[in-house]
This record gives sequence, structure tokens and C-alpha cells, in this order.
Amino acid sequence: MVEKGCANLFTRSQKHINDNPKLPPIVNGRAKYNLESGKYLKIWQGPQHPGITGNMSLELTVCGDEIVDCKTHVGYLHRGFEKLMERRKYMQCFPIVCRIAVPEPDFNEYLFAATVEELAGIEAPERALWIRTLNLEMARLASFFMWLGGQSGSFGMNTQGQWTVTMRDYILDRFEELSGGRIYHMYMIPGGVRADLPSGFENRLLDTLKTCEKCLDDVELTMFNNSIFKKRSKGLGIIHPDIVDEFGITGPNARAAGFKRDLRKDEPYLKYDQLDFEIITGIDSDAYTRARVRLQEMYQSIDLIRQILAKMPKTGSFFTKLPNVLHWNIPEGQIYKKAECTRGEYGYYLRSDGSDKPRRIYVRGPSYTHAVSLMERLCIGGNISDTAGLMVSLHTYPPEVER
Amino acid sequence: MNIELYKNLENSFGVTSLEVKNRNQSYIRVKKEMAVPLITHLKLVESYKHLSFFTIIDQIEKGEFELLYMLHSYSRNHDLGIIVSIERHETDMESIHHLWPAAETYQRELREMFGVEFPDSPGLYENFCLEGWEGIPPMRREFDTKRYSEDTFYKRPGRETNDPAKYMKEKIYPSEAETW
Repeated sequence: MVEKGCANLFTRSQKHINDNPKLPPIVNGRAKYNLESGKYLKIWQGPQHPGITGNMSLELTVCGDEIVDCKTHVGYLHRGFEKLMERRKYMQCFPIVCRIAVPEPDFNEYLFAATVEELAGIEAPERALWIRTLNLEMARLASFFMWLGGQSGSFGMNTQGQWTVTMRDYILDRFEELSGGRIYHMYMIPGGVRADLPSGFENRLLDTLKTCEKCLDDVELTMFNNSIFKKRSKGLGIIHPDIVDEFGITGPNARAAGFKRDLRKDEPYLKYDQLDFEIITGIDSDAYTRARVRLQEMYQSIDLIRQILAKMPKTGSFFTKLPNVLHWNIPEGQIYKKAECTRGEYGYYLRSDGSDKPRRIYVRGPSYTHAVSLMERLCIGGNISDTAGLMVSLHTYPPEVER
Repeated sequence: MNIELYKNLENSFGVTSLEVKNRNQSYIRVKKEMAVPLITHLKLVESYKHLSFFTIIDQIEKGEFELLYMLHSYSRNHDLGIIVSIERHETDMESIHHLWPAAETYQRELREMFGVEFPDSPGLYENFCLEGWEGIPPMRREFDTKRYSEDTFYKRPGRETNDPAKYMKEKIYPSEAETW
């Protein structure tokens, strides 16, 4: 049975259970216990809780402060985006898609635009592709800053969170200049981007990057060398390399387990094939290694933005004229497009039936597996005080589970 | 997808309708009975180890659901979509949770949203997004979101709404609006 094999690969929980005979045995990946015995207590973490990455909840069963069972509950943010889009014209879907991910809406915008362009046979101009690449890297940096604040906060270090959220705000200022919006940008439209870079934007962005880099140095000194952070995160939530494919784990969570996988390198989209960067990996696959991998990716992202600004054409068209978007029928067909977001493989599947509305749009968010099936198993055997840190270290995000 | 692999699968599992999108992406169709054997073969023998996603497309006009299993092979660097058609009124499908433990979440969601059953899948009848839902599963094509919201919620008094299509025509294409 594959399932039993998988359960055994959660080495930390198995070790705990062997060490402590009071804990219930694990059968088919689930703890077997009797709630009536008085030994166990059921508590809820979330849906509104500072240790939860958004509105979702964990139903925890504890024995003392050890977690013996965990169930993820989602649905608090279900707005039915996929269904909504089936009843709207393609252009009306465009302002909806960015709402699926608050920290980095740009990946939704890009992927939606890319799927529609592919089926409609439209090519975005060269400069638009560069601007999109720039936009995605800025989003990556902003999202990682938000994560960094959450990760430090969940281990009791609130100062770094204040710094990193400020840095994110500086990047949001640049987004506001670029698109007019701070959180939802609605910038990458099918056919290109909505507007050109404002004058002097490059220099202001470079200044922001300098500030961000300085902040990252400080965070590395004060957080990654902090003995409390090290002690609590090392050995926490180890993802065994053998379960990476079983659970569809992608992104930094897989790279921290030693997998050299990055869609920007493996299947280069936009202009990533013209940029110089290496895939960052780790070995230990625990919360600390995942944090290290993400920190290095932040430095890498800063470097990529500088490369993009140096290499992108300074002039040129940024938009291809579309047909009348109110009567825009997309030819029949299907396509799956994916991109490497901060959490892993983000994908859009589009099926068109030849009409002016999509037949089906499916959004594949990396948290779908990270936050539900993986989190439920990784939690078991851990300490209740580490749950928040573990959850943030998987970088889960509920709206992409519910869509 | 290379032709050799497709020929092999055609002989062994009766796959049809190869659709090559580009160097990294193809789609094939297979009959319901052969779907899980085919997926098992692809995972264990042909290195399609990653289940990117699993979803359903409702083809109400044909009276069928199209199940789409999107597999990815890291060594081939290739996405393979496997499409399986099932009747809309016979909504039982074999589960794949023994191949990917993460698949149980997909199956739980699909049962709730489309009403397709996957016998033996763990936690299949637990609520996923919807709590205490009654009526037809909401992602089916015949479920009318507008009527549902009109029946369930009430309108705030004194509030006017515009027809979005008409409003957009007037705002975006004022010169062309008269000709439509």
C-alpha cells in the first residue's frame, strides 16, 4: 500500500510515537485515538488567528501539547471564481483573476493573459514581455517580504516583521506608480500590459532595491543567526524527498529537499531564458532550510530585477491591439500554462468552446496540496506552539485552495 | 509526447485522439475502464510522477463529464493531459488516492462541486468548501448562480443596477454603440 509507505516517511512523527508510547498509533497516515478517553483534547486554530496564513482553520487534536491529529478546513474565502468566469466574457474575467491571490496577484494576471493569447493566437510585443517579467519579479519580492514577516512573527520575533512589511510597502509604492493599484494591479492584460513604465521609474526602483537589500542583510543577521529561531525551526516539518512527488510538492518546499526544479529554468517563459541565475536548493528540508532557500531567492530576485532593467528595450510598443473585446470569440481549444510563483507551480488551464465566454478555467495553486494533505500529515507529532511556524514555512495561502 | 510512447499506449490501453499543443504539452483520451491502469502505468513506468491537477469539465450538451488528469514528467519535461469521458447520470469513477495521497483532496472537492463519486477515497463525504449544501452541485453547468443569489439573498432597497454589457458598450465604444 502506497499510503502506509507514505505515512512512514514522516520520520519526525514516527520517531515521536516510538519514543512516547502514550501517543496513539498511526494507521494509514491517520492517528487512531478515542476522544472519549479523556486523554485527548480537540481545539481549533483559526479561521481568525495570527498564526494562520489567511482565513482557514486547523482542527487539532492534542495529547498534552503534542498534536496527534490535524484536519484542514477551508471554505471561508470561497467566492466561486471559476464558476463566475464561466458566465463572463474574457475581458470581464480579467479583473477577477487577480483576486485569487492577494500577495502576488500578478501571476494570475500573467497566466490568464498567456492562456488567452495562446488560444487566440495573439503575440505580445517584446517590450511587454520584458515589463511582465519585471512585474512578476517585483511581485515575487513583495510576496517573500510578507512571508518573511510572518515567519519571524510566528517564532516570536516581531521586529523583523515590522521591517519587512515596510519594505513590501516600498515595493507596493512602485506598483502604484506602475499600475495605479497597490494590491490588485490589473496590469497584465491579454495582448500586453496596460501602460508603459512612468518616466524615472527605473531609477526609483533601483533605489528601492538598495533599501530592500540592506533590510535583507539586517534580517539575515538578526533572524537567521538568532539562536531561538534556529532552535525552533531546525528539524521542524521535515519533508522527506520521497514524498515530494507523492504530494505534488513544488517550489521552495521541494527545492529545500534538494530538488533542482524551477519552472523559470526548466520551461522558461517570458524572458527568463535571457536572464542569468541558478536554481537555489537546500539539503535538510526543514523549516530553517526552507527559510534559507527563500531568503537566497529574495537576493536572487533583486539581482534579476537589476538584470531585467539593464537588458530590457527602452522603447517600443507595449500592447497589441485586440479585436472588439465585447465580441471576442476565442477559438475552440485547451491549454495549460504555468509559472513559478513564490510558493511553487502556479497554473491556469483554459478550455474554450469557441464562444465569447470560457467553458472552463481551472486555477492550480501550489497551496492546494501544501495546505491540505501535506500540512495535515506534517503537523502530527509536532508541538502545538510550532504549528504556526510550520504553516508559514510551507507558505500556504487559502484562497488558491478554494478559488 | 513522442510518437513511440503514444503507439505503445494505443496498443496497451487503447488511448485515442493525441493532441500535441507544443513540445512540452499533449492531451490524450482514454476509456473510463482503462483510465486508472493507464495512469498507474504512466506513473510507475513512464516517469509521469507529478499530478499537476485533476479537474472536471462539464460537457452538458453531450451529456457527459470530462475528467482531466494533468500529469507531469520531470525527466521528459512534459505535461500529459488524460481526458476521460463519463456519463453525467453514472457518476462513479475509480479513485487514484492510492497513487497520490494528495489526490484525495481533489476527489473530495470534485464530489462536492460536480457530484462525481470516487468510492473508497478517504474523507470523500467531508465538507470541503461548502457546509450543509443542498441541491445540485454548484459547479455543474445547469446551476444558475444568478438565480441562486436572487433566491437566497434580498436586494437592498433604493439600489439601481445597470446591465453590464449595455453599460460597457456605451462607455467604451460610444461611436460604435449605435450600430449594434
